[in-house]
Amino acid sequence: MVLDANWAVKWLTLCAQAMAEHRVELIELDRAIGDSDHGENMDRGFQAVLAKLGESTPETPGAALKMTAMTLMSKVGGAAGPLYGTAFLRAATALGDSAEIDPAAWAGALQAARDGIVARGKAESGDKTMVDAWTPAVDAARAAADGGSADVLGVLVAAAEAAEAGAVSTDPMIARKGRASYLGERSAGHRDPGAVSSALILRAAVGAAA
Amino acid sequence: MTVSIVVVSHSEKIADGAVELAAQMAPDVMILPAGGTDDGRIGTSLEKVLAALEKAGSQGGGTGPEGTVVLTDLGSAVMTAESALEFLENPAGVLLADAPLVEGLVAAAVAAQGGADVQAVRKAAEGVPGAAQKPEPAAGESEQEPVSSAPPDFTGDFELVNQAGMHARPAAKVAGGLASLDAEVTINGADGASMTGLMTLGAGKGTVLHVEAWGADAERAVEYVGGLVEAGFGEP
Repeated sequence: MVLDANWAVKWLTLCAQAMAEHRVELIELDRAIGDSDHGENMDRGFQAVLAKLGESTPETPGAALKMTAMTLMSKVGGAAGPLYGTAFLRAATALGDSAEIDPAAWAGALQAARDGIVARGKAESGDKTMVDAWTPAVDAARAAADGGSADVLGVLVAAAEAAEAGAVSTDPMIARKGRASYLGERSAGHRDPGAVSSALILRAAVGAAA
Repeated sequence: MTVSIVVVSHSEKIADGAVELAAQMAPDVMILPAGGTDDGRIGTSLEKVLAALEKAGSQGGGTGPEGTVVLTDLGSAVMTAESALEFLENPAGVLLADAPLVEGLVAAAVAAQGGADVQAVRKAAEGVPGAAQKPEPAAGESEQEPVSSAPPDFTGDFELVNQAGMHARPAAKVAGGLASLDAEVTINGADGASMTGLMTLGAGKGTVLHVEAWGADAERAVEYVGGLVEAGFGEP
């Protein structure tokens, strides 16, 4: 399995599928602690990415991610647009013109994405945001890549599983960033929708390589 | 050419309306709205922001000598504007202002109309007292002494003769003109380069304005204010 431009296109296609499938779930999660537009916005954003992929085929994974960044920032509308847009943009920059992504490069791209989200949204771990999915994913990917035993699929899986666990870990948290922070303690007991959509994206990366 | 301004709002109507309002006070300044999403919903759009920045002459490093100041409303508009800067090859001439959208925009537009540079236009928006007509000090340069600690270089007293006194249009004229001069000016204690500061004086007809000025253009600044006041700002 190589992570090349074809993989990236498949990944983004699966992202779009996942957002469409989980649209209502994300809306429900966001209704509880936000403004209930996350599912709608993510679905619209990735449908626009699909449309772009239909117009032209990116030549490298980095080019695919940069196109995704532009599209999400223009089509999502809510805060998720610039946050995910920055994540994809920084990942694209980290990958550069490489035709293929090795384990270390994937770990590096995830870290660049997470750092972009933190820089843009100013959230920290424990704030009940997508950062709580991304940071464990970065750590897990880095550990798997550094261990040397994991092939690239193993690194993708490690990141996705950590992101999913990270999303679950937001359940008891009290939100300190974004719309949910207005709810204070009442935000506890709900899963953060941005952490859930982040886990969906990283799970789709596994599906594209399987 | 003056500094140009881009307004990023979640609502197309807010952006358009704010631009319309500010344009009244700054007819020569290019002020561009970037409100709402591409399909007319509430939200912000990178494409719209980039298009506005491009039109403002800021795209691809072609910032020109004047530059662009960006005003934003709620949190994710700030994030979209910041993201747009990441897409510019040379974002140096584009400054984000941390200011209330409408008040900041009007203050920025007035400063730009008066010929202020891009740093000064942002400062006008952010309402830094007494700093609206000065570029930011270079790194390492110590903070300037507060204006009031030294005696003014030039002063003057002028009685308001127009019926309406110091309302929005006169305040815009005064602040706009002072922004382009190398002088710190206070009028009855308010920052002369701050349109909102001048309006909050609530100075009506018959009020005497005490003008104090510091800096190379102090005399010109006082004469400028005096000329406008004595002419009744061209109003009855």
